[in-house]
Amino acid sequence: MTSVNLVYFAWVRERIGRDEETLELPDSVVTAGDLLAHLKTLGDEYEAALEHENVIRVAINHEHVEHDEKIAGAREIALFPPMTGG
Amino acid sequence: MAPVKVRVQRDDFELAAEVQALLAGRHDIGAVVTFSGLCRDEAGTLSALELEHYPGMAEAEIRRICEEAVGRFSLQAATAIHRYGKIAPGENIVLVVTASPHRQAAFDGANFIMDFLKTAAPFWKKEHAADGSTRGWVSAKDEDDSARDRWTKD
Repeated sequence: MTSVNLVYFAWVRERIGRDEETLELPDSVVTAGDLLAHLKTLGDEYEAALEHENVIRVAINHEHVEHDEKIAGAREIALFPPMTGG
Repeated sequence: MAPVKVRVQRDDFELAAEVQALLAGRHDIGAVVTFSGLCRDEAGTLSALELEHYPGMAEAEIRRICEEAVGRFSLQAATAIHRYGKIAPGENIVLVVTASPHRQAAFDGANFIMDFLKTAAPFWKKEHAADGSTRGWVSAKDEDDSARDRWTKD
């Protein structure tokens, strides 16, 4: 088991119902994509937030990553929708 | 490396003051382009935009974008300021200032920074309607992705 800090933004945050949490992840969770799949098993709120998995953006330690990126060593993993600033 | 100034703040900014700060003590700059993005009222139906951001990453990502623009267009300086919080129609949201010896690089640099800022800087807009209701989160637009992708075509 590895402990990881997760932060959520915009409608991902609203649907999950919290803006951050620390979770213990099983060793089978290797990539960002694995993390999304694992979270969806944790409850309806995660299922609702991550329903359209391919639109969810992932950042590790403040940098964008693809879903196949390995999460080992991550201090902070952020999940959020496509960005709409500017 | 040309100076890059990035700020993410709740408060408004002053265009003239930012241009003046960027030009202070410089005699080598021939062109300055400023872009500012404002909140529209959408024909009177919108009362405010609420901008959420990812503190820390927002600054880091805008800095990465500005530094790439400085390298790619040989800019002499770049400033980018993005606001967060509740912003009313007519108020500023974002400012980009670029400087170069000749105009084209400054125009291209500002364009590049805005195209990547819209699609890669972690900010999200929520709309508040004039009737007091919440219209929800603004959806990302395909044309913003296309605008960004034109910079990666050969």
